[in-house]
Amino acid sequence: MENGAAPVISMQDITKIYHVGGEEVRALDHAAMRVAEGEFVSVVGPSGSGKSTLMNIIGCLDVADSGTYVLDGQDILQYSERQLARIRNRKIGFVFQSFNLLAKMTAEENVELPLIYQGLHLTERKERARLALERVGLTDRSRHRPAELSGGQQQRVAVARALATNPAILLADEPTGNLDSKTGADIMRLFRELHEAGNTIVLITHDERIAVLAQRSVRIMDGRVEEDA
Amino acid sequence: MMMFLQSLRMALGAIFSSKMRSFLTMLGIIIGVTALVVMVSLVSGASGAVTSEITSLGNDMILVSVRDDKGNPLRLADLEGIAALEEISEAAPAGSFNASAKYSYNEEYVSVTGTTAAYYTIRGLTLASGRFIRTTDVDNSAYVAVLSHDAAQELFGRADVLGERLSTGGRSFLVVGVLAEENSMMASMMSGLAVYVPFTVEASMAGEPYVTTVYASSADPDGTADAETAMNQYMLKRFDQDADAFQLINMSSITDALDSVSGTLTLLLGGIAAISLLVGGVGIMNIMLVSVTERTKEIGIRKAIGASRGSIMTQFLIEALLLSLFGCAFGLMLSWLILEAATIIAGSISFTMSLSTVVLAVGFSSAIGLIFGMYPANKAARKHPIEALRYDG
Repeated sequence: MENGAAPVISMQDITKIYHVGGEEVRALDHAAMRVAEGEFVSVVGPSGSGKSTLMNIIGCLDVADSGTYVLDGQDILQYSERQLARIRNRKIGFVFQSFNLLAKMTAEENVELPLIYQGLHLTERKERARLALERVGLTDRSRHRPAELSGGQQQRVAVARALATNPAILLADEPTGNLDSKTGADIMRLFRELHEAGNTIVLITHDERIAVLAQRSVRIMDGRVEEDA
Repeated sequence: MMMFLQSLRMALGAIFSSKMRSFLTMLGIIIGVTALVVMVSLVSGASGAVTSEITSLGNDMILVSVRDDKGNPLRLADLEGIAALEEISEAAPAGSFNASAKYSYNEEYVSVTGTTAAYYTIRGLTLASGRFIRTTDVDNSAYVAVLSHDAAQELFGRADVLGERLSTGGRSFLVVGVLAEENSMMASMMSGLAVYVPFTVEASMAGEPYVTTVYASSADPDGTADAETAMNQYMLKRFDQDADAFQLINMSSITDALDSVSGTLTLLLGGIAAISLLVGGVGIMNIMLVSVTERTKEIGIRKAIGASRGSIMTQFLIEALLLSLFGCAFGLMLSWLILEAATIIAGSISFTMSLSTVVLAVGFSSAIGLIFGMYPANKAARKHPIEALRYDG
């Protein structure tokens, strides 16, 4: 807790083991990690290092076999599937490499979707979706479908969708991986702006050049996490 | 509720986004519902028509035919005894023979029925003109005749034939009445070219002086069973407790039997149609399973941003239910068209969808949609978010 703020993510001794063809694969081996509120942390490591597993566990898409994981004051490991869905809905804002927008919905409807699962009313949903799209600078594209948007614009819609719920953390998995370097730089600029506005961001990447744009970098190798000096 | 409305919107979106596929999926239900509704409505329409035909012949009527008079035949005077029974309103004899009737050069084969005045009300006849046989005609053996509309038409070529004469069995009869045209198909078919004459006249012409057939009407229209019992007791007493001496037919028992036959038929045909609905349900399940697999990625995304199992389940279940209900609606429309066409073709019989049939079809379709939607919806809900997100369809 460098800047004294409360930790949003606090992981200790997290171990996750997969069984592939009878063989044990330790995707995470006693990994520990802390992210304070308002931090912009990048997790960097080569493929196969366990960073996808880490991201799945941080994002509550999966649970660890052992260890403790406290997200925004809540101990996650004991949670049921239903509670995990609720945590994902309210505390996590995902940004994926391949955008993962629903093709049949407009930008606005995509941004609204997590709010629908929160059970919010139409007027409030519309208002929050509008604000989120405004923050990523896509107000004029709100009625377009993903296919009618460029890659960079699609990723901005995805960021807006992640922001709409005011989550505890933004969790970005190779957000620039499917973009050309210029558009990628735009997205990274957006993340920096969001960081400056006070959002907690965890960015997972294999690209050192992207990783250094974060406030702090965490390395992951063979399932072990180490802080960058 | 909120969630439900949203699921409804999502399901509608999914259904309308691939109209052709949705229609083909519904086709099984459309055919099933159409088969169910049309078959049930046809049976109930037809049996309803037949029942009303029979009812129009006199539903509160009891018919007794004497098979063996045991040397103690029924006479006209006995009928007064029957009519005097508390449960019986009126009783009339009927004797008949077939003969050719002549008017000028025209000759037709007619059915001559000898009876009394009471016959008119028991059989529920209506006169177009003139009068029916009177008691004095019977007492005096008057050579008067009442013609059915068809008989008048065939014989005279017109219906207003009061005062005309026709000859049959070597006798000349004065036409004193003409019955109204039968609008019931069955009644006109059964009565044919009917000529009614006083019982006494017919009895002497046919050489059968005794009463062999009695028509009686029940005093209480709903109490035909009581009237039947009373009649049966009277006849048993009259013929020394020999049940084989006579045969008793209660018209309402015929309609009861008809009702039970049509009930069984409805059940049978409805059952067959229900099987085709089941097949339609399997079709929905099949397509929903394909749809769930195709939309694995979508399910993954929805789960990642916070959809619970319940909401994914609801979404797909509602989609299956809606497919089934839309199919049902199309099926009902198609059935309506078919029944309208059948009514036009059948002419006298009108086939309509009863409310209970519609409720049955809607209820059955909903059940099918829910039952066959359950498995795919559950499969969708149980997908692991990580694997679903990784899916490349």
